[in-house]
Amino acid sequence: MSDWIKVGKLSDIPRQGSRIINSDEGDIALFRTIDDEVFALRDECPHEKGPLSQGIIHGKNVTCPLHSWVISLEDGCALPPDEGCATHFPVKLEDKNVFLKY
Amino acid sequence: MIGNGMAGMRTIEELLKLAPDAYDITIFGAEPFGNYNRIMLSPVLAGEKTIDEIMINDLQWYKNNNITLHANKTVVEINRAEKKVIAEDGTFESYDRLLIATGSNPFMLPVPGGKLSGVIGFRDIHDVDTMLDSAKTKKKAVVIGAGLLGLEAANGLKLQGMDVTVVHIMDCLMERQLDKPAAKLLQSELESRGIKFLLDARTQEILGDDHVSRIRFADGAEIEADLVVMAVGIRPNFELAQKADLECDRGIVVSETMLSSDPSVYSVGECVQFEEHTYGLVAPLFDMAKVCASQLADIDHKHYVHTETSTKLKVSGVDLFSAGIINGNEATDDIIFQDPANGVYKKIILQDHKIVGVVLYGDTFDGSWYFELLREATDVSEMRSHLLFGQAHLGDSGHGGVNDAIAAMSDDAEICGCNGVTKGCVTKAIIEKGLQTLDEVRAHTKASASCGSCTGLVEQVLAHTLGADYSDSPSEKPVCKCTDYTHDDVRKAITEQKLTSLKALMNAMEWRTVDGCASCRPALNYYLIAAWPGKVEDDYRSRFINERIHANIQKDGTYSVIPRIWGGVTTADELRTIADVADKYEIPTVKITGGQRIDLLGVKKEDLPAVWGDLNKGGMISGHAYSKGLRTVKTCVGQEWCRFGTQKSMQMGIELEKMTWGSWTPAKFKIAVSGCPRNCAEATIKDFGVVAVDSGWELHIAGNGGIKVRVTDLLCKVKTEDEVREYCGAFMQVYREEAHYLERTAHWVERIGLPYVKQRIVEDSEGRKALNKRFLESQVYAQVDPWAERASEGVDAHEFVALTQINKQQ
Repeated sequence: MSDWIKVGKLSDIPRQGSRIINSDEGDIALFRTIDDEVFALRDECPHEKGPLSQGIIHGKNVTCPLHSWVISLEDGCALPPDEGCATHFPVKLEDKNVFLKY
Repeated sequence: MIGNGMAGMRTIEELLKLAPDAYDITIFGAEPFGNYNRIMLSPVLAGEKTIDEIMINDLQWYKNNNITLHANKTVVEINRAEKKVIAEDGTFESYDRLLIATGSNPFMLPVPGGKLSGVIGFRDIHDVDTMLDSAKTKKKAVVIGAGLLGLEAANGLKLQGMDVTVVHIMDCLMERQLDKPAAKLLQSELESRGIKFLLDARTQEILGDDHVSRIRFADGAEIEADLVVMAVGIRPNFELAQKADLECDRGIVVSETMLSSDPSVYSVGECVQFEEHTYGLVAPLFDMAKVCASQLADIDHKHYVHTETSTKLKVSGVDLFSAGIINGNEATDDIIFQDPANGVYKKIILQDHKIVGVVLYGDTFDGSWYFELLREATDVSEMRSHLLFGQAHLGDSGHGGVNDAIAAMSDDAEICGCNGVTKGCVTKAIIEKGLQTLDEVRAHTKASASCGSCTGLVEQVLAHTLGADYSDSPSEKPVCKCTDYTHDDVRKAITEQKLTSLKALMNAMEWRTVDGCASCRPALNYYLIAAWPGKVEDDYRSRFINERIHANIQKDGTYSVIPRIWGGVTTADELRTIADVADKYEIPTVKITGGQRIDLLGVKKEDLPAVWGDLNKGGMISGHAYSKGLRTVKTCVGQEWCRFGTQKSMQMGIELEKMTWGSWTPAKFKIAVSGCPRNCAEATIKDFGVVAVDSGWELHIAGNGGIKVRVTDLLCKVKTEDEVREYCGAFMQVYREEAHYLERTAHWVERIGLPYVKQRIVEDSEGRKALNKRFLESQVYAQVDPWAERASEGVDAHEFVALTQINKQQ
């Protein structure tokens, strides 16, 4: 059963940046947008498994550092015409603390 | 909107993209169909395509987009006072904004008999149907007019089995697009297909009882005709606008915002007159559509600018291309290639070292390249002697070896080597998905989306697949989809408006996105730091990962690390340090690079600061192998050891590297120094190449050993080592200040021309000194070892450690 887990504070993540969370099933990338929204995706591009955490974050999207696929942070899916999705994890903010459902 | 043709509908499509909910849209169309690709009527007539294949939007599309289409209803009145349009059958609609896109009508010769049955124009599906029906029962067709449309009609009718004669008032075909030699070649090709020509023939009367039977000419001669197609030209269809008292001349007069004399009435397409121009080809109409949509959507307000158009003939097997002026004059030079036996003719008309006209017959493979050079007014003096042989013969920007026409390529032929895309894939995507532009092809197929070297080829496939009238994107390309401003616009705004942050820049230039995208942010960040060195904070969130992390990301997410080895000259101690690091961090691959450095591949991200720390301790700093900046200075051993060496190239190389390391430029920048003209350091394929000669140093610029090898241009020869350094700094600075982001020196110099660089660096000695001074000033801020900051000062520590560890089983 999945639970909300506190993974850190909002200020741990640079704005327009990301942090990695290690997990028993591979890395999870935590993103913070320019508007201070936080999203979490499996740190693997659906294309060739590039580390999305290393991409440039713009709007609610991240551009993969390997081949520039653009992935929506909201659902983990590649913007058309590319196809495929990275696993998406629900995130919530409470008192500037970041919780991840895992 | 009045009119359901290509220009109007393109405007609607653009508008829906920009502001889908801004308007309730109602369209009146005189034809009973959705919207179709009128320029493809010729292939329909020729039996190469069906009507279904040329439909752009079917009736369902209008429903899906909540557009009311009054098909088959001709508008007869515009009531501007009440803001209403009224159709023949009484249907009326009111409007807030009206778009008139009534196109053009074929010009019908005002001769007796012009109204007889069997005398038609060539404009719409109805005309094509009439022609196809006639071909079933009738024999003799006469086409009046040997322009583009007339010849396409003649070819189609011939293919449908009719006996076709083309009548033309001039003494050669397509006189507005072709010169005489090309026209003659075209005529004999069409004659060999069985089409007859009557030139210098003035039509006087069309004879027949109720249906046409003969044509009589001014000289009294007559020929038989069961069908007459008039293709002598088109006239803007602006009767309706004129009746409504809108300002009209040869068309509906519009401003650069596509607005008519009434501020609620816009107009686009063949019905308009912009400045002194009226239009008959599709490319400018699509430009108008973009402008009009942006005005209607009230988003970033584009302005229309008249541009040159090119012409191709849609007759299968006839390759013909023309653009610009056709016949030279005293001020022009013509370069001509003629091979009548093979049916090839090429003419390029030059004025002031620029292409002002092109006529190609038989081999049009390079048409779009010449057209680009023409539109961009590129100085072609450097390539003049090769120009006629085409782009493939220019070592620098051609696609070496691709000489065959696209048509001859098999579907399995690889177009894009980076992404493994074949010609077949590209063609299929264009047809099935209805792609029209290079960007769309890139998005759907990935062809030319990586290194870009096959861009020309993809454009050729696009042009070939779409048939004629394909026109590539405008020469002034916007930075990215977040804006319509060009790179040069942005650079200008930064200096003129003294913008010093990304946010201020995006605000001032009305960026369409909150914080840009992965294309524009790195470019804008670069332009800011290039304009205000030391004053603007480098925004690391706008840098590609390699420049953020100061190492090169590899396919598996590990990194490669390359320490700086000045001039490629190392020591046993440095090698020992590198060996120890490789052992200590279990680095799987150690490789010598093309730039004479040592690459440690497969370093884990979390190990990077420690690896750097150990390299720092051994006296080595970042080699910047990841940066858009100075990479390496490659040297040969030179006079120090070589029996042929004329100067100390190793020492020169080390000095240049000490001067230029850490600098950032629009794209990577490589230098080499060779000690004699044997050039063992391969200096003539570098961005800045120095070749020692007995009397001093030759300075070469804008070489490139990458995707397409480009040999450098010789900038000048200098005598002293001080001069080498000064010219190098000045060249890097002018490149840094003026090139577009990601534009290598090779492409930049091709764009702006070698004479410009010579003028800035060689002829203007004060300017050169000032440039070099600015270069050295900004180096003060740039020459900070990014590895040391991270290894020992904790800069960006969050990049290298995970936030936390979580597990399913807790």
